[in-house]
Amino acid sequence: MTRRVKAFAAFWYDFVVGDDWRGAAGVVAALAVTYGVGASTVPSWWVLPAAVVFLLPLSLWGAARDTAANRASDAADTEKS
Amino acid sequence: MSNGALFLAVFLACVVEAVEALTIVLAAGTGRDWRSAISGVLAGIALLAVIVAVLGPALTLVPFGGLRLVVGGLLLIFGLQWLRKAVLRAAGLKARHDEDAIYAAELAAAQSVPAGGRGLVGDWYAFTVSFKGVVLEGLEVAFIVLTFGANQRDIPLATLAALIAIMAVTITGLAIRAPLARVPENTMKFVVGVMLTSFGIFWGAEGARAHWPGADLALLIIVPAVAVFGLALVAVLRCITTRPRAAAPSAR
Repeated sequence: MTRRVKAFAAFWYDFVVGDDWRGAAGVVAALAVTYGVGASTVPSWWVLPAAVVFLLPLSLWGAARDTAANRASDAADTEKS
Repeated sequence: MSNGALFLAVFLACVVEAVEALTIVLAAGTGRDWRSAISGVLAGIALLAVIVAVLGPALTLVPFGGLRLVVGGLLLIFGLQWLRKAVLRAAGLKARHDEDAIYAAELAAAQSVPAGGRGLVGDWYAFTVSFKGVVLEGLEVAFIVLTFGANQRDIPLATLAALIAIMAVTITGLAIRAPLARVPENTMKFVVGVMLTSFGIFWGAEGARAHWPGADLALLIIVPAVAVFGLALVAVLRCITTRPRAAAPSAR
């Protein structure tokens, strides 16, 4: 039973959050900031676009770094063999 | 703009997911048993239809501001995932979706499992593989239909776009009896990622009490801006990843 609940939760986590939890966390934080700024007299429409400009390259940089590390590791293994 | 964008986003997302589901169903049908595979497809579509039919009217009862906040946030999270994968694929940092290779792997897997039925289903493997393929690929489309449709207060239009896409892919797939490898899936995924991200930004901000300059017209700036930003990231990543390879020959 516990295993099924865990599998169910894992499925929904993967479905909603995906490969990079920082993207989901960043969006939630950006929405909270938008709401907070919107309560003042300052315009808040720019917060989410700014968040995307920050979050997407951050996520891509992490993925690119992982891929480069994997390729370097594979190349080292090939040279050894 | 909004209704056209709603139709385009749902249609493209549905075509992409339907192409992926078709590959799985074709392998299950060809390698095992067509009747069981088609039963799995029908059962999967029925489950997705129930999800949309139950959640659709329920979503329209949610207060509009709260709906846009939650749905906008979820769309933005989804959009960033689609866009991230599309940019990585375009930059050569992630394997492109190859329907022919996936079909070959699925077919080999289907042929390696012994036959066996349960109840009215002649081949349980073909049924479950088709059912899971349709439900898992279709769940994301159901989500997009519900969120876009509820936000635009036009779930029927979103459902229509999804149905047209499913029919187009199914008819084409049955006609050629092969995976639709020529569909430009990666480009379509990029476009869907741009649409989901743009509408997620727009609705999420509105739900969080922001007011866009120009109201709905802001979308005419947001959508192309996100697309250009995505393409610029592809160019930057390509530049970074090809630089060491280009330098390698001269270093030798």
